[in-house]
Amino acid sequence: MILLETKELRKQFGETKACDGLNFIVHQGEFLSLVGSNGAGKTTLVNLISAHLQPDSGQILFDGRDITGATVTERIKAGIARSFQIVSLFDALSVFDNIALSVFAREGKTANMARLADHDEDVRRETLEVLGQFGLAGKASVPAGGLAQGERKLLDVAVAYALRPRLLFLDEPTSGVSTHDKGQIMDTVSSVVRGGHVTAVVIEHDMDVVFRYSDRIVMMHEGAFLADGTPDEIRANQDVASILLGAPPAG
Amino acid sequence: MVAQLLALRDRPVPRSAVAAGACVVALALVPGIVDTYQVQLLIYGLIAAIAALGFNLLLGYTGLLSFGHSAYFGIGAYTVAFIVEHLGPQSMEFYLLVGIPVMALTSALFGYICVRHTRIFFGILTLAISQVIYSLAMKLYWVTGGSDGLRVPRPSLLLGALSFSGPAGFQRFITSYYYYVLAVFIVCVLLMWVIVHSPFGKALQGIRDNEVRARFLGLPIARYRWIAFLASGMFTGLAGILWVPLNGLTTPDVLYWTFSGEIVFTALLGGFRNFTGPIVGGIVFTYLKSYAVATTEYWQLLLGVVLVALVLVLPTGIVGALSRLGQRLRHSTGPEGRAP
Repeated sequence: MILLETKELRKQFGETKACDGLNFIVHQGEFLSLVGSNGAGKTTLVNLISAHLQPDSGQILFDGRDITGATVTERIKAGIARSFQIVSLFDALSVFDNIALSVFAREGKTANMARLADHDEDVRRETLEVLGQFGLAGKASVPAGGLAQGERKLLDVAVAYALRPRLLFLDEPTSGVSTHDKGQIMDTVSSVVRGGHVTAVVIEHDMDVVFRYSDRIVMMHEGAFLADGTPDEIRANQDVASILLGAPPAG
Repeated sequence: MVAQLLALRDRPVPRSAVAAGACVVALALVPGIVDTYQVQLLIYGLIAAIAALGFNLLLGYTGLLSFGHSAYFGIGAYTVAFIVEHLGPQSMEFYLLVGIPVMALTSALFGYICVRHTRIFFGILTLAISQVIYSLAMKLYWVTGGSDGLRVPRPSLLLGALSFSGPAGFQRFITSYYYYVLAVFIVCVLLMWVIVHSPFGKALQGIRDNEVRARFLGLPIARYRWIAFLASGMFTGLAGILWVPLNGLTTPDVLYWTFSGEIVFTALLGGFRNFTGPIVGGIVFTYLKSYAVATTEYWQLLLGVVLVALVLVLPTGIVGALSRLGQRLRHSTGPEGRAP
């Protein structure tokens, strides 16, 4: 079943075509990796779908509904959430409060100024559950700004996950961390996302990570799709190999 | 809020609540220990603390630096003066009954204009609005009394149960008014405590820390900033309402930008990243200014030196510095990451 579909989606920055008429499909329940060299248009595509940017033309359908003109808030309510390439947290708030704020926002409780946040047992329980899922329970009271980079990456994903989205975009969740931490982060993210039956689109550069965790891989090059297939199909694709090795695609 | 306070019964009493209770008891004992002048100074200090508490909802919790909070303090004071001039009743409760809605309307209007911008643009807008109000107070002298201001006599308290005419009236007024202001101060502190620890307060702090991420949680950023502005203006306006019967006179000085600067100074002095910082700052600044004015005619120079020293030596303010000292002392006593 198709969860997300873009039709002829275009975005241009000056002379650069970041998204050149993209027809992108995400199926319900899949773990999809979006790969490509820097400047391929991956983050722009995610920015367009999450309403961080407005497309020049084209259409975005989510669960069959046209959301092209929808605001960020409307898309979040529809079930689209995202994390960021550069970790984006509430640094002065505790790890617990970072997640709790996400839960409060999803529950529509953030306008409540007559009740102490810590006294909402439902939110507290859910927050602790999410922290446990992401292995951050032991850091609950630490300010987010005081975490190590790997933990910050996990918290960044956890904040988005706590919105209980149907479609979760993760923009380079393992960038800037050690190889060991990459494995831990992806094991955790993959386990939580699949366990929660959340559809995930991950932007990732590390092909070992991509091949290991993805159901499907879509490769972008200069604002267009170059390849789309299972990890085995992508491994066998000569154009992909050329791009990954730095050579121009065949044909 | 009542439900929240009742719910607290089932939880262990935190040390901060014990300390707050001890402070309230100590404050309640003050009039029996010190002379009338010192009591009067402390009333000014409590009023400054209420103003700074409101100001800090914007600076400390929302990340918006207002250079125009003199407008809300002054409008509160002038509202009382207009009530005395035109409506007659000299009752503190009547001042509050009329003054608080006026402050809500004024803050809502000015906030609507200002929160469309952030950073320096927000600061300049708040400053510009306060200077417009100041100019009106100076120029419309047939309404405001111009630079002479408007007099406000001592009002009755508790719906006329306490009035202060006759011999020793001033001394009785100061003692009674102290407890009156202390009661309002406690209510304000409790209210602000609940606001900043509520989901709304957490949302404000989220917006302060990372506006983009807050937007991607679906938080209505402009609306929440506006509500914070509204609440902030009301607290500072309430301080102006309480201040003018004690001062007996309001002049355009309280609308001038330097008075806004004093409110900023107050928050910096106590520490704007701590809940209690503006409270401590308000009280300490009142005594500091009083001491400086009594000591030298160059009192502004003295305050300026203190401000420079503050920024250089204690950037987190008095409470921030004490808090760090306490943390260092407790550093080895507990694990790093306990669940809250």
